[in-house]
Amino acid sequence: MSEAPTEYEHPLMKGYREQLSCGFPQVAEVFEDCMAEALSVLSKEGINAYLEYAHFLCKMGRGVEPVLIFLEKWPSIATTLGESALPAIADFIRKMWKSPNGKAIVPFLQSLAATARRLHSQEQMQDYMNLALAFMERTTGSIHGIHTTFASPGLPEFFKQSPYLLNQVSIDGLKNWVEYGIRNYGDHPERQQDYFSLQSADSRAMLQKERHGTLLVDNERKLDLYLRGLWQTDAHFVPYSLKFDELRKPVPYYDKLGIRLPDVYDDVNGVSGLDRYRAVLAHIVGHRRWTTSIFADNYSPFQRMAIEFFEDARVEALAIREYPGLRRLFIKLHPQPIADACDPETTSCLRHRLAMLSRALLDPQHGYQDAQLLEFTQRFHAEMANSESSTEAIASLALSYVAKTRRQSDQFAKVHFDNTEVDYRDDNRHMWRFHEQSDDEEMFDDHRKIELEEEEIIGLPPRHYPEWDYNSQTYRPDWASVYEALHPKGNPADIDQLLVKHAALAKRLKRMLDLLKPQDKVRIRYQEEGSELDLDVALRSLIDFKSGATPDPRINMSHKTSGRDIAVMLLLDLSESLNEKASGSEQTILELSQEAVSLLAWAVDKLGDPFAIGGFHSNTRHDVRYLHIKGYSEHWDDEVKGRLAAMEAAYSTRMGAAMRHAAHYLQTQKADKKLMLILTDGQPSDVDTKDERLLIEDARQAVKELDQKGIYTYCINLDPKADEYVADIFGKQYTVIDNIQRLPERLPQLFIALTK
Amino acid sequence: MTDKDQYKIRKEPFYQAQGKEVALYEAAYLARLPVMIKGPTGCGKSRFVEYMAWRLGKPLITVACNEDMTASDLVGRYILEANGTRWLDGPLTTAARIGAICYLDEIVEARQDTTVVIHPLTDHRRTLPLDKKGELIEAHPDFQMVISYNPGYQSLLKDLKQSTKQRFTAFEFDYPNAQLETGIVAKETGTDEALAAKLVKIGATARNLKGHGLDEGISTRLLVYAATLIKGGVEPRDACRMALVRPITDDADIRDTLDHAIDATFA
Repeated sequence: MSEAPTEYEHPLMKGYREQLSCGFPQVAEVFEDCMAEALSVLSKEGINAYLEYAHFLCKMGRGVEPVLIFLEKWPSIATTLGESALPAIADFIRKMWKSPNGKAIVPFLQSLAATARRLHSQEQMQDYMNLALAFMERTTGSIHGIHTTFASPGLPEFFKQSPYLLNQVSIDGLKNWVEYGIRNYGDHPERQQDYFSLQSADSRAMLQKERHGTLLVDNERKLDLYLRGLWQTDAHFVPYSLKFDELRKPVPYYDKLGIRLPDVYDDVNGVSGLDRYRAVLAHIVGHRRWTTSIFADNYSPFQRMAIEFFEDARVEALAIREYPGLRRLFIKLHPQPIADACDPETTSCLRHRLAMLSRALLDPQHGYQDAQLLEFTQRFHAEMANSESSTEAIASLALSYVAKTRRQSDQFAKVHFDNTEVDYRDDNRHMWRFHEQSDDEEMFDDHRKIELEEEEIIGLPPRHYPEWDYNSQTYRPDWASVYEALHPKGNPADIDQLLVKHAALAKRLKRMLDLLKPQDKVRIRYQEEGSELDLDVALRSLIDFKSGATPDPRINMSHKTSGRDIAVMLLLDLSESLNEKASGSEQTILELSQEAVSLLAWAVDKLGDPFAIGGFHSNTRHDVRYLHIKGYSEHWDDEVKGRLAAMEAAYSTRMGAAMRHAAHYLQTQKADKKLMLILTDGQPSDVDTKDERLLIEDARQAVKELDQKGIYTYCINLDPKADEYVADIFGKQYTVIDNIQRLPERLPQLFIALTK
Repeated sequence: MTDKDQYKIRKEPFYQAQGKEVALYEAAYLARLPVMIKGPTGCGKSRFVEYMAWRLGKPLITVACNEDMTASDLVGRYILEANGTRWLDGPLTTAARIGAICYLDEIVEARQDTTVVIHPLTDHRRTLPLDKKGELIEAHPDFQMVISYNPGYQSLLKDLKQSTKQRFTAFEFDYPNAQLETGIVAKETGTDEALAAKLVKIGATARNLKGHGLDEGISTRLLVYAATLIKGGVEPRDACRMALVRPITDDADIRDTLDHAIDATFA
């Protein structure tokens, strides 16, 4: 077809072709069609600009792709955004072209039509391009001082994803998502690519956070309560995502593994996302309760569709019988097809008819006039009037409906779909049984389960905790992985020796402890109302009374039990720096900490407060280790002493994650006061975090979170330079111990003072 | 002598039997065996005792137990008067003297050292020693001891001693089934059965959630409150929220679910 220009051509078209003056043969092939579309939607000036800009794209040296895409897509973009959007877009492309990011032009143009449809206005489009521009400027590399030579690795990916992204989040949400990606992966090309192509887990998590609508994860408990409370059943919810599948939207369904629900629901027709979930659940529970599966082999697809519509209506009617308020909810969510929206001459209308019928079965004020519809509505209600009916009975009603209303056009390939989809209904796969067990996939599934990786389990599975990012004032979801394991064991006798060494100190402590010990019963005297007559006071009053003076009416006394109710968690920083020698001492900080902790544990055990000890260190956010030394249910015995004796220091200090993890144990303790003591020798830091403030701010945020949970945090810091940061984290709740040698003495004293 | 009649139940209280409890109680009373009634709050324990006292024609002395209650609150104490001190009988002593049914409501709320004072009255001795006064009271032949408690909030701290438990015969109460409960709510408040049935349905919703964030389901008593409010002209949904949901939970998720149940029930 390359000789096409030589054939006859309308002079006007020839003029346009000359105006474009682009030598690519691929362009010549499509030019006429594109031009035809352009001529139908663009103004005269628009056509000029169109050709002029196509000419530029043709000559800019990026191959044929840009100009081809532009020629094909621009007319439709211009109809959504208006012709006047072109200069801004051209300007943006020019900027990309001048930067090393020429490669991103094609993905940008490719996604432009879809993006334009989502954004719908020039202002929004401008926001989007500004965002992309900022993105480009910040990620285009000048690594190691070579000025802007590396293209932004994430930008092309970003453009590819942008239609989907904008479908999920608003432009502000997109901004936050991009911001997060640039900040965290700005200097890591592969990760950046992963992030912007939505491959990495945190990229999805961040996006999830920015999404609009009601998330399933946020409401699982409510839905669980809903099933339990209203329907006396429970189920496992499995979310599926509506993403990527633009054409075939997945539909809720259930099987023996659980109920599959979309991961997010937007509000619709004044029905909140939560209520939409409830509607889906009510419908599914209805099926679980009242539907029995029937054989499908003998029915045609049309018959099956009709049976499904009738059965859906039946279980809903029964659910409404149980909870009449559901009718309102279902009606709001059920489409109301317009009676003559479907032309039976050209289109298959069965689906449309059934949707109308389904509406009529649900909504007494449906307003449809069709005689057959009314007849079957009546027959349905008659069937349901006195009983629950059954799937079989309703199936025969459905079959007679199909027979009665059959039309030749039902066989047409063109099916009327508009306004017929009832999106709170499941796909009814549970309704059908098949005689023929053909290529059954279940066999595969069962088989696959056995092949699970047989990894040896050491310690507990990781728990993920968010981390606070002070730059953006947001949490990074599931950022730090905490692995908990039992601390290895050593020789418990070592700890006993340490205690013997500090026997004198222990004796002094014991005296202080005795004072703290709860004296069970306390007498409260001088009470007007009390449990017993305080005879001494009563006699005195009586004498007063007899001698004419005003008697003291407070002649009773009562008893009060006073007790301590404090749960304590001691969190030990076991980072590498503990191996250093304490200044002016032969012992390392670790050894001194060991002595101090032993004494403290001994003292708390004497007091009888619930007490736990944990140690932590970290090697990047992927490996925060929490070492269990003593749990609340364990006694101060050889087992615990052994673990304490084996204490070792290594790696770094990711304090926030460890605090959050320790807090989840402390939180479950039943005590009036909850105290978390943190013994550390330096500021929070980790090898994968360049920004010093980041982990300090995160720890500070952790302190705030704990405070909200009713946990009092207190830091005992052994770093003489701690003043620079410790107050930022703990406010006033800290002590810096300069003379580390006195730690064994100071730690229990501090504890006693704190809990007095 | 104390006026016996003031403790008598004059009008028949409405009580709907759920099983054989009336006959069984009568048998226990005939032998003057102490009775313990267990069951969740608001399921009709106190009403049952009241009803039985009326049926047997015996006076009923009720004591609501609490943590601050001491033995002298039950037995009695010396109080001071112009001319010295005077002994004042406590409710338990009064009941033993006049031959009443002494009903200690929510006995676990009282401290264990308090509850032991009932021991001599609840075994073959049927006596009550008043050590401060130096008197030993023989219980009146009509005297009977009844205690109630709610095993729902049994904790390690709040439980009866075995020695106390094993002095009683026991009934286990629970919320009546839906049909009976509908009848009870309707009869107690005079509302129609349809409304009562709806309230009972909401009640059942909450009872299903027990242990999933609710310590206790909605009691029959609260259902009666709700019905009373509705009968007084309050919009049913508001009445249900006020009487059934807000009192029992501060948990937002559960509140939402129950509110939804109310909306779903009152279409």
